[in-house]
Amino acid sequence: MVNISLGSVSIPLQETLKAIIGKATKVDSWSYIIWNYRIPKAFTAILVGSGLALSGLLMQTLFRNPLAGPFVLGISSGASLGAALLILGSSLFSGIFAFGMVNDISLALASSIGSFLVLLAVMVVAAKIKDTMALLIIGLMFGSITTAVVSVLSYFSTAEKLQQYVYWSFGSIGNLSWNQLLLLLMIIAIGILISIFSIKPLNALLLGESYAKSLGVNMNRSRYLIIIATGLLAGGVTALAGPIAFIGLGVPHLTRQIFNTTDHKILLPAVLIYGAILMLICDTIAQMPNSANVLPINAITSIIGAPVVIWLLLRKRKMIF
Amino acid sequence: MLRTLGNVQPKLSGSITLNKLPLEQHSTTGLAAEVSVVLTEPIASKNLTVLELISLGRQPYTNWIGTLTAEDREKINIALDLVQISELKSKKCYELSDGQLQRVMIARAIAQDTQLILLDEPTTHLDLYHKVQILKLLKAIAHTTKKTILFTTHEIEIAIQLCDKMLILERNQSTFGSPCELIQKKSFENLFPADTITFDAQTGSFRVNK
Repeated sequence: MVNISLGSVSIPLQETLKAIIGKATKVDSWSYIIWNYRIPKAFTAILVGSGLALSGLLMQTLFRNPLAGPFVLGISSGASLGAALLILGSSLFSGIFAFGMVNDISLALASSIGSFLVLLAVMVVAAKIKDTMALLIIGLMFGSITTAVVSVLSYFSTAEKLQQYVYWSFGSIGNLSWNQLLLLLMIIAIGILISIFSIKPLNALLLGESYAKSLGVNMNRSRYLIIIATGLLAGGVTALAGPIAFIGLGVPHLTRQIFNTTDHKILLPAVLIYGAILMLICDTIAQMPNSANVLPINAITSIIGAPVVIWLLLRKRKMIF
Repeated sequence: MLRTLGNVQPKLSGSITLNKLPLEQHSTTGLAAEVSVVLTEPIASKNLTVLELISLGRQPYTNWIGTLTAEDREKINIALDLVQISELKSKKCYELSDGQLQRVMIARAIAQDTQLILLDEPTTHLDLYHKVQILKLLKAIAHTTKKTILFTTHEIEIAIQLCDKMLILERNQSTFGSPCELIQKKSFENLFPADTITFDAQTGSFRVNK
């Protein structure tokens, strides 16, 4: 509510409520702003926050690593690479991409494919190297490769395309249409559904893969299901809202502290809710109430998220998950 | 070898049968109700509470989302009592000592309610007192619950005193029997190079040659 009522045009809470329940507001344009701008944005924040938080939880459990998250393991880099290839590459390879306009669907598809490929690569490496530190470094390397490829591409692309990419990379939850929102909702719903069916294997994974197997968990199937869910959640969100940092890493830790449990039956719904709340708060700050400027959401989540993780570390002195 | 017996690691060669059926023909869930394991590798999340950890042992019997029934809770409590760790119930695993954690892992295996429990070197990282404690506990559990408990160990001297049956794995031939039988068969005599360690059949212990 607060999130909806605050923005470049300040609308009183009371009036906001009126608009939502379908009554006429004092100023006609308020109702329009709320329905076509504020509410989609609030919904996007909820979906983005909960999607990223859940993908972070899945990865931390799957990789048995408290540092895992869509960013650290290069999943977001993969999505960025996909988006960069599509936006920037379309001007470079205009011949090949003549048919493929840069629209939302193709952008979402490109970044989803990008994040899936990186996730698969990380999985292959994870199967060979048991050392989780090496895994994280490899994730960072994927990030570097992405940055490099993006620089090369941006050198060759037009200013207009470059701007489009830079705006995408700021992360934005403000300009999703109802149709895009529906697409994101479907992707995230599927991701959540798969995760719910993976609760039992996820809990078993807290003991490690060998123990999970001895408890009757079909590891191969569960591993792929969890990867697919992570790819859908992180890839889908990054595709439509751009890369958004720290929600995926920080929220699961925050939730574990608050609920003091490791049971995914409780953690799963909890990270969804906390992810959504944190994202709404970040978005409210990003809008800088009563001013015409909107800060890039990616910066805000980092500014708020990083200290939270540091604070957790300082309080516990060690990072356990 | 123990990891292979527990179906955690693929076998190199040969065949393993459980209840007259080859191991690979058992379903993963079916096997989980037959064999439980305690491995050497540390658990992934030390943030689990003791109760949560032991509850995971009930996974082969719980529904798709892992809800514990009254029967599950009873089995968990029995396991807690058997291993005498009821007072640790709500502790987190990172707060436990190595010996306590090993007991918790054994309780988890007991809660899994299998006829066969496999333990991979359950006494490593423990001092002599705790080593003996764990092995005495295992012996007591085996006798009271009539479960088969199979473990690997390097602690031959303690094993000779506490085990019902021993299998000595050697490069050329392995011998199996009760400790007394094995002593009579002189199986321990040539276990180590005679110029370094000799076996005293009278006391059933090893002596270092100075």
